[in-house]
Amino acid sequence: MTDPITWIANWLEKILEGIGLPSGIVILILTILGVLIVVIFVLVMDIFLVWMERKVVARFQDRLGPNRVGPYGLIQPIADVIKLLIKEDTTPKGADVLVYNLAPVIALASVLVIWAVIPFAPTLVGAEINIGILFIVAFGGIGTLAIIMAGWSSNNKYALIGAFRTVAQVVSYEIPMVIALLIPVILARTMSIQGIVESQELWNIVIAPLAAAILLISSIAEIGRTPFDLLEAESEIVAGFHIEYSGMKFGLFYAGELLHALTIGALFSTLFLGGWRGPFVEQVPVLGVIYLFIKAFLVYFLIMWIRYTLPRIRIDHMLNFNWKFLTPLALIMLMVTAIMDKLLSNYSKISYAIVMLAVNIIIIWAVLLVLKSYSSFERQQVGVLRPTANPDAVLSHIVKETSPAQEATES
Amino acid sequence: MTFEQLLFILIAAGTLGAALLVVTTRNLIHAALWLIATLFGVAILFVFLNAGFLGVVQVVIYIGAIAILMIFAIMLTRQVADTKGPRFNENWLWALFISLVFFAAIAYILSLLPEFEGTKPILSSEIDPIKQLGVALVSPDSYLLAFELASVLLLAALIGAVIIAWEQR
Repeated sequence: MTDPITWIANWLEKILEGIGLPSGIVILILTILGVLIVVIFVLVMDIFLVWMERKVVARFQDRLGPNRVGPYGLIQPIADVIKLLIKEDTTPKGADVLVYNLAPVIALASVLVIWAVIPFAPTLVGAEINIGILFIVAFGGIGTLAIIMAGWSSNNKYALIGAFRTVAQVVSYEIPMVIALLIPVILARTMSIQGIVESQELWNIVIAPLAAAILLISSIAEIGRTPFDLLEAESEIVAGFHIEYSGMKFGLFYAGELLHALTIGALFSTLFLGGWRGPFVEQVPVLGVIYLFIKAFLVYFLIMWIRYTLPRIRIDHMLNFNWKFLTPLALIMLMVTAIMDKLLSNYSKISYAIVMLAVNIIIIWAVLLVLKSYSSFERQQVGVLRPTANPDAVLSHIVKETSPAQEATES
Repeated sequence: MTFEQLLFILIAAGTLGAALLVVTTRNLIHAALWLIATLFGVAILFVFLNAGFLGVVQVVIYIGAIAILMIFAIMLTRQVADTKGPRFNENWLWALFISLVFFAAIAYILSLLPEFEGTKPILSSEIDPIKQLGVALVSPDSYLLAFELASVLLLAALIGAVIIAWEQR
């Protein structure tokens, strides 16, 4: 009884075969049941996440948060769900109806699908595929597509601007994220996520802390949370890509965003914090689920902490930060990790880890020195004309430079 | 007909139908979305052939990057999203002819292969296809030259893009 889920699966398999069903259909039924259980589990947790998010943000902002419905406001998310379900479902005039209705479904589905490859326990993994990491990257791209579809089909300028910003942000932050994902692949020598967890006798965050930081930052940009919430910046473009959605369609975007944050937490803990690894997990595999979710919620809390502490980043800073800082740093880390891994392949595990950590600390120190000199350079640039969001200012500036009347007066 | 054959026929038909809609839809954004459906169908076919890596890379590169950039470009030029002009120009007969010849040539070459009829050898589970692919890409007697040439080509395109976008000072 140390592994109840495998036990139940075997028990069901025996019963179904006892009825006389062919083995192909038995496998099909069990697979569909497994998918349903994971999806329902994750979605029910999603409802709980709404409560947690609101409670935590309240504490960060020195408020109490929901506390009227049920003990500690625990039933509040259920009330929210009922409210969303009975709200009027509006479609804006001129919207592209099919694309408009498809977008929220794809947005949530692209997040749910990632849970298929995350191993919950040594014996409990949805789909053990040898390209797990690439699979996650692929479905991240489909999530971007859903946001673009929503922004375009709403027939609203703010939604369209939100979609443009999404492309600029999410597609560019995908680059450091993918490079950072390659580093655990190098360390484990496999792209299978279960293989990466199994290889982490020592957590990867000790061996590659910088890669972990790059992954966390670019993941936060990928899900569009503060400080990278330019795609739905309330003070600039009202709500961005989902401005026209109401009722449960908006609910799907909201649920997808919250769930994506927890998914990033689970992914981060799988790749860098040892996933289901913990004491006694070899004897009692079901403990792995608990360890994984403890770690995932800790990372989720970290993401919330960042979200409610930092202000929104300016758009040119956001792009510069990615292209001039994160991407080169991730590339350097990839090369350094690959070379050090090859050089240290003959040494023992402990010296390997110590040297890797030392190399990381040296690079962090060097990066901090470079950033310090760059920031003093930035401060001297205060009076220089910055890129501006006001086209008239830019145009008048250009016109002034080349206007013939001005040239005539000057000559 | 086995279950797998049925699935294959359904997916192939869906892929072809989506591909047809790419060229017949008037709305450019819809065409791009149908293109994504087509590419996804091709990715599923790769997975069916036990080439999961190719299937996922198809999704990452074609859907995650190229199709999204295409949609972005179309959205920036809103006037072309719904065109009223003719969909064929005077060369459509030539295009039809050349594509039919191309299809016939590919079908003929494939039919010459020994595996065209009869069952294909099953890959042993000992072989890790990704490791094989990785080794093949960097070993001089297989694809090293092609791999490096493709990298140089991509680098040239990257530098070209930077130079085009470079602000003249």
